[in-house]
Amino acid sequence: MARRQLEPFLWALFSAGGVVAALFIPVHLFLWGVAVPVTGITPPSYAAALAAAQHPAARLYLLAICSLPLFHWAHRFRYTLYDGLQVKHLNEIINTFCYGGAIAGTAAAVYLLWRI
Amino acid sequence: MKPRALAHTPYHPRWYRPRVSTYWWLHQWSYARFVLRELTSIFVAWFVLLTLFGLRALERGPAAYAAYLAWLRRPTVVAIDAISFLFVLFHAVTWFSLAPRAMVLRVGGKRVPEKVIAGAIYAVWVVISVVLGRFLLGG
Amino acid sequence: MSETIQLQIARYSPESDDEPRWQTFETPVRKEWTVLDALNYIKDRVDGSVTYRWSCRMGICGSCGMMVNGEPKLTCATFLGDYLPGPVRIAPLRYFPVVRDLVVEIGDFLEKLVAVKPWLVRKEEKAPDAGEYLQTPQQLDAYKQFSLCINCMLCYAACPVYGLEPGFIGPAALALAQRYNLDSRDQGAGERMDILSQAEGIWGCTFVGECTAACPKHVDPAGAIQQYKVAAVQDWFKTLLLPRGAR
Repeated sequence: MARRQLEPFLWALFSAGGVVAALFIPVHLFLWGVAVPVTGITPPSYAAALAAAQHPAARLYLLAICSLPLFHWAHRFRYTLYDGLQVKHLNEIINTFCYGGAIAGTAAAVYLLWRI
Repeated sequence: MKPRALAHTPYHPRWYRPRVSTYWWLHQWSYARFVLRELTSIFVAWFVLLTLFGLRALERGPAAYAAYLAWLRRPTVVAIDAISFLFVLFHAVTWFSLAPRAMVLRVGGKRVPEKVIAGAIYAVWVVISVVLGRFLLGG
Repeated sequence: MSETIQLQIARYSPESDDEPRWQTFETPVRKEWTVLDALNYIKDRVDGSVTYRWSCRMGICGSCGMMVNGEPKLTCATFLGDYLPGPVRIAPLRYFPVVRDLVVEIGDFLEKLVAVKPWLVRKEEKAPDAGEYLQTPQQLDAYKQFSLCINCMLCYAACPVYGLEPGFIGPAALALAQRYNLDSRDQGAGERMDILSQAEGIWGCTFVGECTAACPKHVDPAGAIQQYKVAAVQDWFKTLLLPRGAR
């Protein structure tokens, strides 16, 4: 019973995470991961970065782009393992790893965003 | 009327039942492209890890932050990030082309064409990217 | 045209074979011939034991689905000339058990189709002298695309999840469930939701999209499934927030 009721919710998380990942991650990854390190652009100073991240709206935003994409990964990766490698018989381990990982990542994000 | 349990076709000794190969996703290009699309989720998760590392650096202080920036500049990390960016882009493009299929919007009785919905999504994406880009670079 | 083409046909005799083998035939190629015409030529003149299903030969009965060069096709709607110079590999529909040669066992599909109640479900029937159920063109439009399904099962042959997941209901049955859910005359969405929202029922679908690509009638079962998922999520939140009832 619980199983059946959880799947729609997990899919909803997957969808939300997918939307967030599609809309926001590309520009973040391009700038932080590629453009700034490769070109000579100076990244923001520690003080500026910290101040920007401490803003309440920024904290919420950062929580959203850390948590929801992780649940997107969890759901998608779970089914990739089920179908791609046909290891559905290991579903308890897979589910724990995937959704547990997403919960752990969310917890880490909450902790860090609380502390900065 | 209760339907029979949803069992896969019952066993019959004379029917031939080929097992689906573990490498079914290599047997045709559309399957391979699908698996590549699904694998983008790994790179999405990588980005989250990257962000968590950055937040941890911010939490620890200026020295940690400088070390984080230096780590981001390492060629291996840049290479991984570049590949991740391409995969995340692939995720975005496929997501935007598929999302309209799930959304049935009707205006004045007629269904809004999928291309229009997709176009609107792309427009929003561009705006978000530009605004975010300027914010992230400007400080 | 005195051209010929080679056909490699999967043969399987449950009495004597453990697994299928290929048998090669050579048939003429006429400009307007379909793969089904070539199969009929072989059966009529070369080897009468080749076994396959066909009926209307015009793409509406859904009987003649087979794998042609690895793709699920209606053989009556696939032109032989398109495969020149050949050879053309004809195999039984993928992901179904093979009964003989090109004939597959479709019982699993039929069970799943019945399970989703592909008929108008009414809480209360209208008496005949109360008149017909009226429907505007817009209401018809809401489900018409999904009603075009001819149950040919090409989508099942295209769907890897159906091949891998025993409980997965599959594209056509889900599209037909949605066809009735969206029909203004139907009141059975709640009943269907109970069957469909089971974990394996629809949630195994990962939107590969091959079903829509294979469909000869442009039903777009993939779209139907995703729309159903959205509806199921809305229903989930509703039952969470309004337990007793505004369903």
